[in-house]
Formats: sequence, structure tokens, C-alpha cells
Amino acid sequence: MTTIAQPAAKKKINYRSRGKLIIHIILIIGSFVMIFPFVWMILTSFKSNGESLLIPPTFLPKEWLVENYTEVTRTLPFGALYINTLLLMLLRIICALVFSSMAGFAFAKLRFPFKRFFFFLVLTQMMLPNQIFIIPQYQMLASMNQLNSIFALLFPGLVSAFGTFFLRQFYMSLPNVLSEAAVLDGCNTFQIFFKIMLPLTKTAMMALAVFTAVFAYSDMMWPLIVNNNINMMTLSAGISSMQGQYTTRYPILMAGSTLAMIPMLVLYLIFQRQFIEGIALTGTKG
Amino acid sequence: MTVSAKTAAPRLGRRERYDPKVVTAAFILIAPTIIGLLVLNIYPFFDTIRRSLYKTQGLGPEVYVGLKNFEKLFTDDMIGHATINTLLYMVLTVPVGVLLSLIFASLLNSKIRGRDIYRGIYFLPMVVAPAAVAMVWRWIYNAENGILNIALGALGIRGPSWLADPNTALIACAIIGIWSAVGYDLVLILAGLQSISKSYYEAAEIDGASGIQTFFHITIPMVSPTLFFVILMRAMSSLKQFDTIYLLINTRNPAYKNATVLMTLFYREAFEKFNKGYGSAIVLYTFVIIAIFTAIQFISEKKLVHYD
Repeated sequence: MTTIAQPAAKKKINYRSRGKLIIHIILIIGSFVMIFPFVWMILTSFKSNGESLLIPPTFLPKEWLVENYTEVTRTLPFGALYINTLLLMLLRIICALVFSSMAGFAFAKLRFPFKRFFFFLVLTQMMLPNQIFIIPQYQMLASMNQLNSIFALLFPGLVSAFGTFFLRQFYMSLPNVLSEAAVLDGCNTFQIFFKIMLPLTKTAMMALAVFTAVFAYSDMMWPLIVNNNINMMTLSAGISSMQGQYTTRYPILMAGSTLAMIPMLVLYLIFQRQFIEGIALTGTKG
Repeated sequence: MTVSAKTAAPRLGRRERYDPKVVTAAFILIAPTIIGLLVLNIYPFFDTIRRSLYKTQGLGPEVYVGLKNFEKLFTDDMIGHATINTLLYMVLTVPVGVLLSLIFASLLNSKIRGRDIYRGIYFLPMVVAPAAVAMVWRWIYNAENGILNIALGALGIRGPSWLADPNTALIACAIIGIWSAVGYDLVLILAGLQSISKSYYEAAEIDGASGIQTFFHITIPMVSPTLFFVILMRAMSSLKQFDTIYLLINTRNPAYKNATVLMTLFYREAFEKFNKGYGSAIVLYTFVIIAIFTAIQFISEKKLVHYD
């Protein structure tokens, strides 16, 4: 850029770097607002109840206490909450990927009767708010005697209309030449799907997996409804029950919140690129 | 060699014959999804409509009451409050949230060092359980010992009891909503910004357009499909807001009337009072509101959104 306007180059750089400094300052203020609540959560979780109520407050704990953590793990079965949450995310991801890939491919690449009608069902589900299905879904589980189970957590996520729609978009963008060549080689429809098309949708599947995981993790209403046994709850629903028990003992509440935050945070830090690029993809294609 | 893919089938005009092998394969492939949708969504949708005509209390038998649940809905003060609060929550969160996301996305779209780090930080609230988010904000908002009021006090301002004051409770919840969603919307908008072809900007630079002019005449129109999608998604999810408000505004809260929303009422009626019939009526009513707003947005899309 600067090579075009040689004489003005120096001035331009100055101007630009000052602009960049302002941008950095705004972004840093924004970052502070985003991070501070989490920092405050973690710092409070190591303070004694008395210290947390001091005015003016201490920033770092005078003494890093672990009592809040031992207290909260005594009352809440964190091991079970972790396992339930991970199982829920994993099972929902598997269901979404397997069933949505199958249907997405069929809707995009195959000719069959009533295709429009079936696809209309997919779109209808996407247009209706989830809560409209909740009471009947709950009643079905109750009549199957399946409340308070991992299956109950998974239930509404057995199939994914969004996933089907999203992957269909991807399959549509794949050229038909690929399957034409495969047909000449004697491949049947399933072989075309599994051997040729499916491997080409890896990025889309990764995006769907991230999307499914984020929303399964943050969903609170459904786990609260179907599982009232604390040992069968997810992190999000489980720690909400702390509120009643420790109403204003914030250090303990913060310890519980920190423990609930850690597993997804670790996953996020490892797979940050996949998380963000996945979400961006679900937005642009979805 | 079998001719089994649709691409290899000869074109026979509008009413082409289907290849039975392909049709069989297609039905096998869509079966899990279609059966799942019928059982988990389509049947429940009609069942919710049916239930809204019945009175159900706990484990007792269902009693047909016609439109009584809907009559109750329109005379129930709490529904009126919750409707206003829900709409207010949307008005408070969507414009500010989307505007902030757009601003930060534009800042990150310039060639700036540490872009991925900033983006990663802004996205953080999305990966934290809403219950944990609600709890830390309850602590920050605490009237006496919360860090927010202590900070305001240092500036000589007496902060309100944020979550218990009828004047501030909904605003306080809206701030959490905005804070939680900015990173997510930013990621979507940034992806939209990055897909704008550089040639538009080069042309603008040659024509001597200023940064502001470029922003309003190139960036905004070009990113308008993404913006429309973000606004639509955000409006819908704000009308369905549940978790933070459910956790922060309980029935004993003095600001309950001023901050409860439709979905928390739905949950309390259907799963705390076990009045499934009335709960069904509330959720259908909410659906109608969402449908109206979705329709309004799709109509305005035609006028405001620029597609290539």
C-alpha cells in the first residue's frame, strides 16, 4: 500500500499506527469486560466468606483457600456431572453427525418421491421454537419410564433438523462429476455416499460437532425437566441447584461455577480454531 | 454395470421415472431423521395444541376445557407483564448487542496483531455454562458487596440493588445477555466481513472514499445478509430467553413482576405447578409472538438486505 505513495509514506505510517493504537485500546477494554467476570469468579472461589465481604475488597486472596472446593464437591457429585455432561455432548454429536450426514446427502444428491414434503418437515422443525415440543417429549419419556437417565438427556437431540439442513447445503456444493465417475466404476449409492462424498464434508462435520456440543452444554431447561436426581444431571443444571443451598455464600458458589466451567474451557483452549471456525461456518452456510 | 445414480439416469422430462434402487437407498438414508422428526417434533407440536385445550393438574386426569386456558392467558396479569418484559428484553439486547458485535468485528477485520486472541476472548462466555454465568453476575451485581457497586461507590455513585430493583432488574439481565452473545455474533459477522471481496475496497480507495464512506456504502450493504441472519437469530433467541432470568429472578424477588419473561412462566406453570395445559397455551402464545416478529423481519429483509 505504502509503496504507491512514496513521499507520504512516513506520515501515513504514523497515522496508521496511531489508528491501530486506538483500535488496540478499544479491543483491550472490551477484552477486560469479557474476562473480568471469570477472573473475579476464580479469585473469589479461593477467598474465605469473610474476606469476600470486605469493603474495599481484596483483589488477590490473602490466603488461597481450597475449602470452598472441598465443600462444594461434598454436596455436589461433580464426577457424575462431568461424566453426564460429556456423555450428553458425545452422544448428541454422534447422532447429529451420523443421521444428518445420511439425510443431508440424500436430500442434496438423490432423486426420490415426496422429497419436498420430507424436506418441509425438516424446515418446519427449524422454524418452531424448541419449547413447543418439550411437554409432549417429557410425557413420552415419563410413559417409557426413562426419566432420570442419560437417554432422557439425549432424547430431543436424537436427530438434528439443523444438522440435516446444514450438511445438505454442503453436499449440494459438491460436484456431481464425482458420483458420475463412481457410477461408471460400479459404485452403488451407499458406496458413493460413504467412500466419496462423506470424506469431503469433514470441515462441515467438525463445525456441526462444535455447534452441537456448545448448545448441548449450555442447555439448562431440558436437563432440569427430565432429570431431578442430582446424580443424573448435567453441569449446567446441576450447579443451578447450589443457589438454593448456598444462597449468599459466594465463594462456594464461585468454586462450583469454576469447576463447572473448567471442562469446556479446556476443550475450548485446545480446539479454539475449530470452535470459532466451526461456529462461523454454521452461520455462513446455515 | 448398474445405472443407479440419478445423474446417470436419462432425462425423461418433467415426470421422470425414479430409479427404484436410488429411491430405496434414499429412504433408508432419510429414515432415521424423518422418523425422529415425526416422533420428536411433528407429533409433539400437535400434541401441544391438543393439550392447550385441556386442564391437567399434576397426576390427575385431563379435563377438556375448550379455550379456557387461552381466556385465562389474556386475563392473567403475569402473562401481560411477561409479554412486555420479553419484548423489552428483545429491544434492550438485540440492537445494542448486534451493534457492538458489528463494531468489534469491524475493528478485528483490520490487519491487527493478536486478532485471534481477541476473538478467542470475546467468544469465551459461549463456552461457559449459563448457570455459572448467572451466578458470577449475581455476585458482581450484589447490592452491598458486589464489585460493580463498590466500583461505582468509589466514583461517588450509589449503585442500585441491580437484580432486585424493579427499575434495573431487566436491564441488568439484558446486560448479561449482551455480554454473553457478543462473541458469538462477532464471529459470524467477522466471517461475513472477511468474505467481502477486496476489489470493492480498492475501487473505493481509488475513488478517494473516506473510511466512514467506505464503511456505510460498501461494508454495511455487503455484510447485510449476515447482519440480517444475526439479527433474526438473536431476536428469536431473545424472545425465548430462559436460563439467566430463571436463575436470577425468582418468585420472591421484589422485581419479579418487572423481569420475568414468557419462557420462565412457561417453565414454572408446566414443570413447577404441573399445569401442562396452561403451559401449552403459554408456549403456543409465545410461538405466535415469535412468528409475528419473524414475519416482520422477513418483510423488511426484502427492502434492507442486499444480495449479489
